[in-house]
Amino acid sequence: MGDASKSVAGSAAGTLTGAVSAHLVEDLSSDAALRAFLGGLPGVDEVGAAGRAAQLATRSIKRESKLWALDAAIRMTDLTSLEGADTPGRIRQLAAKAVRPDPSDADVPSDAEVCVYPDMLPHAAPVVAGSSVALASVATAFPSGRASLEVKLADVRDAISAGADEVDMVIDRGAFLSGRYAQVAEEIAAVKKATGSAHLKVILETGELQTLDNVRRASWLAIASGADVIKTSTGKVSPAATPSTVLVMLQAVRDVARATGKVVGVKAAGGIRTAKDAVRYLVLVHEVAGVEWLTPERFRFGASTLLNDLLMQRTKQLTGRYHGRDYVTLD
Amino acid sequence: MADDTRVAVRRTAKLFVGGAFPRSESGRSYPVHASNGDLLAHVSQASRKDARDAVVAARGAWSGWAARTPYNRGQVLYRVAELMEGRRDQFVEEVRAAEGGRKRQHSEQVDAAIDRWVWYAGWADKLAQVDGAQNPVAGPYFNFSLPEPTGVVAVIAPQQSSLLGLVSVLAPVIVTGNTAVVLASAERPLPSISLTEVLATSDVPAGVINLLTGYPSEIAPVLAAHMEVAAIDLSGVAGTDVDAGELAVAAAENVKRVRMPAEREPDWSRAPTPRAMLRFTETKTVWHPIGR
Repeated sequence: MGDASKSVAGSAAGTLTGAVSAHLVEDLSSDAALRAFLGGLPGVDEVGAAGRAAQLATRSIKRESKLWALDAAIRMTDLTSLEGADTPGRIRQLAAKAVRPDPSDADVPSDAEVCVYPDMLPHAAPVVAGSSVALASVATAFPSGRASLEVKLADVRDAISAGADEVDMVIDRGAFLSGRYAQVAEEIAAVKKATGSAHLKVILETGELQTLDNVRRASWLAIASGADVIKTSTGKVSPAATPSTVLVMLQAVRDVARATGKVVGVKAAGGIRTAKDAVRYLVLVHEVAGVEWLTPERFRFGASTLLNDLLMQRTKQLTGRYHGRDYVTLD
Repeated sequence: MADDTRVAVRRTAKLFVGGAFPRSESGRSYPVHASNGDLLAHVSQASRKDARDAVVAARGAWSGWAARTPYNRGQVLYRVAELMEGRRDQFVEEVRAAEGGRKRQHSEQVDAAIDRWVWYAGWADKLAQVDGAQNPVAGPYFNFSLPEPTGVVAVIAPQQSSLLGLVSVLAPVIVTGNTAVVLASAERPLPSISLTEVLATSDVPAGVINLLTGYPSEIAPVLAAHMEVAAIDLSGVAGTDVDAGELAVAAAENVKRVRMPAEREPDWSRAPTPRAMLRFTETKTVWHPIGR
C-alpha cells in the first residue's frame, strides 16, 4: 500500500516538469490559453495523495530532530489574529508574543511575522520594530474577496501604506470555479503590482475549491500570475489546511522551481493546532518539496493557538515533564 | 451440536480515554491471570503517551463537568449505580475470578461498590453546605467559603480491591467536579474495564473519567510529574515496589495535592467519610457587599 501510493503521487507530479515552458503561460489575459494550460496539468489521484500524506504522517521523529523541528516550526509561524473582536491591546500583546514567544526562555526563536487586519497594523508595528518579525496584513476584501477590483486594490494600498511587509490576498473563487481564469490571473497581477516590493501571498481557499485537481490548477495559476507564496486558506472556511492539499501545493512549487527556477513559498493556514500536526507538515515539506523548503522564507504556518502547543512540547522535550496550558498565555 | 463448534466472541480489553476505547498507542498488552493462575485475558499496557492523551482528554472535559450543577452531577453518579446494578452478576464473577475466595463475599463487595456511588451521589449538592461557611468579617460584606474542584486528578487505584477499592477512590474525586485519569489495578484490571463500559453508557461526559491499564512503575511517575495534573491519589501504590516519596517529590514541581498511600492497603468496605471528597477541592472565598 505504502509503495503503491508513493509511486502514484510521484508519477502524477513527475510528468509535469517536461510539459512546462520557462514562462509557464504566454498569455495571462486569455481564458482559452489558461484553460488549455491548466487543463493540461495532470490530474491528481485524490486517494493516492491522501494515502501518501497519511503514510508520511506516521514517520517517527527522533528526539534531537523533534527539538529542531519544534524550533523550526516556531520560526515558521505567522502568528495570526483575524477576529472582528481584535482590539489594539490584543494586537500589541500578539506582536509581543511573536517577538518573544516564551518570556521565560530567551532561547526560543521569534516567529516569522504577525498577521492582522490592515487597520491593526499601526498597533503591531512599534512592538515588532527592531526585531526579525515581519508585519503582514490580509487585504482584498478578506475573507470572501467579494468586492470590486478598485476596492480590493484600495485595501492593498491601505495595508502597504500602514507598513505591511507582506500582503495576503484571496483569489476570486467564484470566478475560478466558473472557469474565468483570466479574471483571477489579472486580479492577482494587479494586486502584485500594487504591493510593490512587499511579498504577496495568494490564498487559494482550498476548502472551497472542491477537488485537488482544482487546488493544483489554482496553485499554478497563482504562481504564473506572480504569487510569492501560495497559501491554503483564510482560516474562516472548513476544511482549512489538510495534508493532502498542502502536498499538492508543495508539488506545484517544487515543479515550478524545477521547470523555471522560480522559487515560490507555501503557507499552510487554519486548523493546525498541535505541535504533532506541525511536525507532520514539516515531514511533508521535506519529502515532497525538499529540504530547501524547510526555512521560514519558503514554508510558513498561519496559526494562533499552534504556538502555545509548540511551546508546551518544547518545554516537555527540555524538562522531561509534560507541560500544562496553565503555564502559557491564553491567546 | 452447534454449541460445540461455536467460537466464543471475546471482549478485547482496551483503555478508556475521552469516551472512546483505544488500544495502547504502544501496541503493547500483558496477560492477566485469575487468582488460581488461569489466563483470563490480555489487556492493553498503557504507555506514557497514553497517560498524556488521557490528561488532555481529562483537562478538556474539566470546565464542562465543573460547570454542571452539583445536583446534576449527583444524578449522573446515581445513574452509574443504576447501570452497574444491571451488570451485577458480571461484576461479581469478574471480581471473584480476580480476587479468589467465596462468591458471597464478592456479592457483598459489588453491592458495596454500587452503594458507594449512591452515597457519593447524595453528597454532590450537600458538600458545600457542610464544608462551606459564611464567615464573619469586620465590614458590611457577606463572606462565603466554598469547596471548588481542583482540576485533573490522577488516581492510582488500589492493587488488591479491584472494584470496591477503585470506586472508593474514584467517586469522591469526580463528584465535586474534578476529572480523573485512573490507573487500574495492574494484576486485577478486568472489573475496572467493565466499569468503563458502564461509564460509557451512563451520562458521565466523555473525558471526565479516563482509565488506563498498565504498571504503576511506568505510569505513576509520568502522572506525578505532569504539569497539567492538579492532584494525585497514590492509594494504589501501597504494597508495590514504587517509591511514593519520589512521586511526591515529582508532584511538588507544580504543587500538586498528594494523597500518600497507607502502609498496607486499607479495608475498603469500611464506611467512607466526606473527608475523601475534600482532599481534592480548593476553598474559594467570595466577598459580596451586603447592601441595604
